[in-house]
Amino acid sequence: MATLKEEKNKKNIKNQKSSLEKTEMLDLYRQMFLIRQFELACAENYTKGNVRGFLHLYIGQEATAVGSISCLNNKDYIVTHYRDHGHALARGLDVNRTMAELFGKKTGLSKGKGGSMHLFDSARKFMGGHAIVGAQFPLAAGLALACQYKETGGIVVCFFGDGSTNQGTYHETLNLASIWKLPILFILENNKYGMGSSIDKVRAGGEDFYTGVSTYDIPASQVNGMDVLAVKEATKLAVDKIRKEGGPSYLECKTFRFVGHSLADGQKYRKSEEVKFWERQDPIEKFPKWLISAGIINQKELDEINQKVKEEIQNSVDFATSSENPEKSELNEDIYEMQD
Amino acid sequence: MSEMIMREAIKKALEESLENDPNVLIMGEDIGEYGGAYAVTDGLLKKFGSNRIKDTPISEATFIGAGIGAAAAGLRPVVELMSISFSLVGFDQIVNMAGNLRYMSGGQISVPMVIRAPTGAGVQLGATHSQSFETWLAEVPGIYCVCPSNPKDALGLLRTSIKNNNPVIFAEPALLYGSKGEVPEDYYEIPLGSANIVKEGNDITIMSYGAGMSIIEEVNQKLEESNISAEILDLRSLNPIDYKTIEESIKKTNKLVAIDTSRKNGGIMAELVSTIQEKFLDWLDGPIIRIGAEDVPWPYNKDLENAAYPSSNKVIEKIYKQLLN
Ligand SMILES: Cc1ncc(C[n+]2csc(CCOP(=O)(O)OP(=O)(O)O)c2C)c(N)n1
Ligand SMILES: [Mg+2]
Repeated sequence: MATLKEEKNKKNIKNQKSSLEKTEMLDLYRQMFLIRQFELACAENYTKGNVRGFLHLYIGQEATAVGSISCLNNKDYIVTHYRDHGHALARGLDVNRTMAELFGKKTGLSKGKGGSMHLFDSARKFMGGHAIVGAQFPLAAGLALACQYKETGGIVVCFFGDGSTNQGTYHETLNLASIWKLPILFILENNKYGMGSSIDKVRAGGEDFYTGVSTYDIPASQVNGMDVLAVKEATKLAVDKIRKEGGPSYLECKTFRFVGHSLADGQKYRKSEEVKFWERQDPIEKFPKWLISAGIINQKELDEINQKVKEEIQNSVDFATSSENPEKSELNEDIYEMQD
Repeated sequence: MSEMIMREAIKKALEESLENDPNVLIMGEDIGEYGGAYAVTDGLLKKFGSNRIKDTPISEATFIGAGIGAAAAGLRPVVELMSISFSLVGFDQIVNMAGNLRYMSGGQISVPMVIRAPTGAGVQLGATHSQSFETWLAEVPGIYCVCPSNPKDALGLLRTSIKNNNPVIFAEPALLYGSKGEVPEDYYEIPLGSANIVKEGNDITIMSYGAGMSIIEEVNQKLEESNISAEILDLRSLNPIDYKTIEESIKKTNKLVAIDTSRKNGGIMAELVSTIQEKFLDWLDGPIIRIGAEDVPWPYNKDLENAAYPSSNKVIEKIYKQLLN
């Protein structure tokens, strides 16, 4: 049974669908497909030993990053966790430099020093990729404080997973954001698992998170994270509200990672039926189907997008492969900012 | 003797303790159904049930603290962290509670608990996941701190750690989980605070602990090729430190090399070297050589990580330049 809220959401989505320009919709699709292809290339290159360390893929969750980040402007900050490739690409970080970072190359976003879990691009106000679970919450509060203090008009979007809500920093930051009226949109990507722990085992309060947020006096809602247009609409509502009235908001996106937590995960903790159920809602499959059936795009246009994206990804792998490793002297650079 | 890998040896100690003492229980993230991030506790949930193998939320401060509370009330919790880097999230609990409770209460409260955690760099996990905080934790009075380098020591030390009535940090070199070694069939324990002479020698003492012992192995091979006889010393315990064994070795070789795979600045070897100079300066023929990781955040790139990590080449070079010239 759909709840009232969901019904209302659906209506909004319908309006949204007709009001969005074709180019906008194609771009949403293109970005999701780009992320998917990027992740597949990462997995392949992890197997080949070109990408190392821990690798957490975003496969299945593309609609969340793409739908939400499409509502932001260049004054807005983004922070996220280690499953950060999708957010980075949706924010428009250079595909070549992102891939090169994963290859640990000098041409990477962080000159090969950060790796998959620690992506940064301060020019795009993409303030990381944070690999300690819960570490990004206070950072979001501080960035938002600066936006508020300097009256930049910018807001902060803080992405996080269901598992991270058990860290103190989550609760402490919700509280602080509320009492200081900080312009933060908290976006929970509820993919039902934190590593091997399903939320019903590690969370008190049921499978919905947004309901618990009222404790902190923060407006919160929930959206189908597999539906890029729904995510976009829900984010837009929240972002508009923050920009107009100040103070934080909270959006829970119900989503799913189709693959293991990292490439080292055998997924003993969940049944393949569950994965299959969610795979049937794959935004990369469903959204273009809908675009075609609604007469917004034809198969040929879709094929062209796909072809272009695949070339872009291949180029990024070539770029990363042919790039140099950082020089040894880089080891001691970037520890302090030098001043006279 | 039987051959075992490090991971199995640690698991064996856990299993025995669970069997022998009903007050022992294990808690940590994904240690049950998932089997542990490094598969150390794989199968224990099935065998001992969820009452004793407790999966926790991602709440290090709280489940470390809960371990301390449970210990204060008479249980013997073994808390697993997925990485010693995550100890930072629970640092206040470890230092201020586990470390200080006994002293502040004038000896009324005991905290018989073990915190196990993988430690160290070397697999390109980058700055947040590659640190070696056993060197920080070894400074805290009231807490013991050990770090095995092989399956035999892992088994013996963990047995003792779980039986000990004080908090023990049990650091497990992540690089070594799959490493093999001989383990005695008969029951044995290894006391906390006892270093191990891995190999006797006359010309030079080389000491380290944990993953650093693999570097020493390489160094030793190169020295043997030049007919230099090194005495190899594995600290095993960072608090307390076995100065007696160190003293005997120095009195024999009069030369000391100290290797640390964590950052050199403020590392445990800084403490050791200065104390050794205070105590045994007269027995030393030359400067103590100290080699650690570079004082930088751990980089992701493999070449840079290698450059930050103390290599056997760097050690050899220093030995020849400063001690054997
Ligand atoms: C403080 C800390 N504890 C544990 C970990 C290990 N770890 C990394 S990701 C993760 C699960 C997080 O799950 P969730 O927040 O739901 O995000 P998801 O991976 O599902 O995107 C864990 C336990 C860590 N990186 N940091
Ligand atoms: Mg999750």
